Amino acid sequence: MSELVIDGVGRTFPGVRGGKPTTALQPTSLTVPENDFVSILGPSGCGKSTLLRIVAGLDHPSVGKVVLDGREIRGPGSDRGMVFQSYTLFPWLTVEDNIGFGLREKGVPENERREIVADYIDRVGLHGFERHWPKQLSGGMQQRTAIARALANNPKILLLDEPFGALDNQTRGLMQEMLLGIWEREHKMVLFVTHDIEEAIFVASRVVTMSARPGRVKSIVPVDLPYPRHYTIKSSPEFSALRSQLTEEIRSEAILAAQEQ
Amino acid sequence: MFRPFQPIGYGTRVLLGVGFFVFFVAFWSLATFGGFVSRTFLADPLTMVADGWYLLSQRGFLYDIAMTVWRVVGGFAIAALIAVPIGIAMGTYKPIEAMLEPFVSFARYLPASAFVPLLILWAGIGETQKLLVIFIGAFFQIILMVAGSVGNTRRDLVEAAYTLGATDRGIVRRVLMPANAPDIAESLRLVLGWAWTYVIVAELIGASSGIGYMIINSQALMATGQIIFGIIVIGIIGLISDALFKAVNQWLFSWRLA
Repeated sequence: MSELVIDGVGRTFPGVRGGKPTTALQPTSLTVPENDFVSILGPSGCGKSTLLRIVAGLDHPSVGKVVLDGREIRGPGSDRGMVFQSYTLFPWLTVEDNIGFGLREKGVPENERREIVADYIDRVGLHGFERHWPKQLSGGMQQRTAIARALANNPKILLLDEPFGALDNQTRGLMQEMLLGIWEREHKMVLFVTHDIEEAIFVASRVVTMSARPGRVKSIVPVDLPYPRHYTIKSSPEFSALRSQLTEEIRSEAILAAQEQ
Repeated sequence: MFRPFQPIGYGTRVLLGVGFFVFFVAFWSLATFGGFVSRTFLADPLTMVADGWYLLSQRGFLYDIAMTVWRVVGGFAIAALIAVPIGIAMGTYKPIEAMLEPFVSFARYLPASAFVPLLILWAGIGETQKLLVIFIGAFFQIILMVAGSVGNTRRDLVEAAYTLGATDRGIVRRVLMPANAPDIAESLRLVLGWAWTYVIVAELIGASSGIGYMIINSQALMATGQIIFGIIVIGIIGLISDALFKAVNQWLFSWRLA
């Protein structure tokens, strides 16, 4: 039974040039059980990306700790796959070599690697693009490859840092459905950071809202919409009710964040 | 026509490029045939071609060219072979950077040509001395340029590799090196161009073969046509090696242009 425990994790960045230190994240606690899909929703600068980076092991907490399956996280590892907002495919590798990167690093034999890569190419619908360079792909295709690359490693948890933030609205909708489809079959833990309320509700089983800087968890809202979810659910009354509720919660934080700047 | 970055056709590009060469030779011809410049100091284009033919057919100039090319390529290859790994290490590991960066930045400004008298004392006037001049000229430059490229590797690519389970060694081998290979190749191309300057300086003093040796000999004979021919040969070889380097880079790093 996998479980992620974020235990009183806070992050303070030291002041630049003798300035005051900045608190990006106030001590935050959150437990993510197996199979849970959690959206983290908040205004920009609320520390949601910082929290995700700490779980990934790319940043370290100033206080508190993150424990995955009873083991404290001390650095990045292949048990936590991550998809970034910026396009981070390795430009010198083809789509299939990008997806197989982690497997090669693990020393998975080539035959097995090929099979796994082909499987994920199918799942993210990139058939026919195996030999393309990242430069030749659209933004949506690059992020699909990045998701496949993270999943091919078979991580316990998938960390998504606004992965669809740079995509146009239509592509973003399709990507949400694809991600949800994969999750409905694979049932991995997912932490999904976004500032898009509709997106946060549609994909998640729980939405965690965060307050403006310094960030902390403001509320945890369960999303009791049935699976499999179809995009038409976005126009259902239940969805609208959740959207209104979260809009209210985030709006006050967004106003606070705007006033600070 | 003068809208910034407005593209032009292939034909126009070639016409303009060749046209400027024609203009240059025409200007040169006017200055020499027109009697504006004394023949003693500047040969006209036809004399230059005749002198060139004389050098190639009578004086075994091809051997000199081959010697010079060998020296440049040899000295440059040795410098690159040692400097590229040092540069990668310097760009990757901060303690190595802290240790070497000040010294290499200082050494880079030591003029290779000023080492020629010293190197003659140390290594005589044989091939070792010629190779050493080029080595000194290229070595520190390559280190700094490679370290600069590697140090500027996109951090998000490094982070992505870490989240995919890459080890510290894996980051160097499978991210830093391939990510910077095109920049490193481009740096080598530039430094090879500079190496041509150093080799001629090395050959001007204490050499018995090479393009530079021919040039300094021709000066004693006031044969400006031969000197100019030698300079033009260097220019042409530079152009060819540059084109070859570019073609190999484009072929190796097609992912950049795709």
